[in-house]
Amino acid sequence: MCESTGDPGSSTDKPVVSSSSLEDRRSFLGALLGVGSVFVGGLLSVPLFRFVLHPLLRSTTPVAWSGIGTVDELVSINTPTRKSVLIEQRDGWRKVVSEKAVYVIKNAGGQLAVLSSVCPHLGCSVPWVAEKNEFVCPCHIGRFAPDGKLLGGPPPRGMDHLESRVENGVLQVHYQYFRQLVPFKEVIG
Amino acid sequence: VEIEKPGPGDEAERAPSRGKIFRWLDLRAGLNELLHTALDEPIPGGARLAYVFGSGLLFLFLSQVITGVFLALYYVPSADHAHTTVAYITKEVTGGGFLRSVHAYGSSAIIIVLLLHTTQTFLYGSYKGRRELLWLAGCILFALMLGMAFTGYLLPWDQKAYFATTVGTNVLSEVPLVGNALKRLLRGGTEMGTLTLSRFFVLHVFLIPACIFAFVAVHVYLFRRAGAAGPIEVPKRPTETFYPRQVVLDLIFAIVIIGSLGVLAHYAPTDLGPKANPADTQYLPRPEWYYLPVFQWLKYWRGSLAVLGILVIPGIMALIFLLLPFLDRRPERRPWKRPLAVTTYAAIFIGLGILGGLSRHDDLRDPVTAVQTARQHEDVKAFMKDPFEPELSGSSIGIVNATLASMNSLAAKGKEIFEQQSCNACHGDGGVGSVAAPKLIGVSGKFSSEKLETLLKHPSIAMTHGGMQPVDLKDEELKALIAYVEGLK
Repeated sequence: MCESTGDPGSSTDKPVVSSSSLEDRRSFLGALLGVGSVFVGGLLSVPLFRFVLHPLLRSTTPVAWSGIGTVDELVSINTPTRKSVLIEQRDGWRKVVSEKAVYVIKNAGGQLAVLSSVCPHLGCSVPWVAEKNEFVCPCHIGRFAPDGKLLGGPPPRGMDHLESRVENGVLQVHYQYFRQLVPFKEVIG
Repeated sequence: VEIEKPGPGDEAERAPSRGKIFRWLDLRAGLNELLHTALDEPIPGGARLAYVFGSGLLFLFLSQVITGVFLALYYVPSADHAHTTVAYITKEVTGGGFLRSVHAYGSSAIIIVLLLHTTQTFLYGSYKGRRELLWLAGCILFALMLGMAFTGYLLPWDQKAYFATTVGTNVLSEVPLVGNALKRLLRGGTEMGTLTLSRFFVLHVFLIPACIFAFVAVHVYLFRRAGAAGPIEVPKRPTETFYPRQVVLDLIFAIVIIGSLGVLAHYAPTDLGPKANPADTQYLPRPEWYYLPVFQWLKYWRGSLAVLGILVIPGIMALIFLLLPFLDRRPERRPWKRPLAVTTYAAIFIGLGILGGLSRHDDLRDPVTAVQTARQHEDVKAFMKDPFEPELSGSSIGIVNATLASMNSLAAKGKEIFEQQSCNACHGDGGVGSVAAPKLIGVSGKFSSEKLETLLKHPSIAMTHGGMQPVDLKDEELKALIAYVEGLK
């Protein structure tokens, strides 16, 4: 029994191989193992794929509303009023809060509405020029009426209205970005 | 297509009928020879289930590498973000909890299969016959795997991770002369902190795995050079090649392993506790099951004898284990003819088992420990139930605070009241929470303003139990306080 203490290379007996039927069986088994391994491997990689693709397949984040101010304080405005809103964005495991400027206006019916301050031409920030009673974009002199309608200049459309609502007496806005240089409002991001 | 493979005679004899692609590759990469080397390894006495543990370990290690690489996709090794990112993986990322569980249970599985592999090698006397280096490489791999388990444990940065590692690294200071220096080197300072996490991350992800890859190569090379030891007595069956029967057995074992891990990970996923809170003085850390015997053993060695128990005795035992093939030179492999070796081995294992059992027993018997352990368990369950809370980015904090102060004078007044009334003493500055009371951040999502008012005036039983007093304020002050608390994000 001492041979089996395994001197290196002590296995003098040749492995049993080589009848052709055995060869056939071995190649059949090989194919079976190959197919089986691919199948099991494929199965195992499913959770890995789902894991990697998570950020791409995740359903879009629910609409986040940002508060602008109480209706009581805003209802008395007569001209477009610049307000800062905080918008919250998810970035993987973080949330990033940034400050955006919007204009609160009163529409024809006297209700409050909210305009994005981003120029639909090339994305400059549009200031309200009280002396002229219009919005004038400093970059390429796009001009807009107090309700945001296009008056003149290169912009392809008027200033963009943002979705707004009143909740518990607070005016809230759903901040979004829109594609520039196109005649119609188109949400991006 | 029949092909004649020019090459070693042995292979020409059994020239297999294979396709064109195979031939093309073979002529360039020597595929046939490679397959021959890999698959036609002779196994004296034929394939056996007893031989599956080595390849099982290799398989498990690869599984750890793959799951680990994927986990690193979302993990950030910093004391600020580690816990958030692991919570994100566990609670939010599709299949994240599952993958993390496979990785965590995988470490336990490696320890189990390592013990089986070592025991099989020991009982079969397979370390004999010019296999000293093979055994040494195996011992080093064993130590490296324990190192992986130890360093990986800290990475989630929850209470359990933090305090278990605090204790684990404290043991180092028992080493005479250089103990404290060693501890500081490993921690990156005197205290545990973000540098400790970086160090453990680098060890767990780069250094130790690189060593494992190298030593696996050495181990496999030495094994193939020495040849399989085979059965302990004269083989009843002829020598077989590794392929096909042993390959099939190894694959079956691999499927059993991954299947068990998958079932465990699916039905009993690993949980994550609350974020590490170094100020917590109550927390009772307990290591993973395989470190419990050591943990218990260390309890018995205090004061001047500690060096003996912590360093000398384990050191001597490790050395004897390491030098086993040099000390035991007899060619005898049958375990029943090696009573001393086998009894010692069994005694050590039974001893470790008893120590582990005693550790559990101590914890259950001591009422204080039992209560604290139960509380920690509840904390973990409560944390797992909470939805994932994303972390406010550093640059956002200033914006939020400034706006909070300027935009809402009511909330600013509320903040003053929050601090005057010492709400922050328990709920933390900015309502971040503390050991004494839960965080208030995000509380507006759980309760309406009316409910908050009711709770502040008349705390629930659970709140009163935790030390919450009814708030006695004028109505407008209460409104301001609620406005502040609701704004906490």
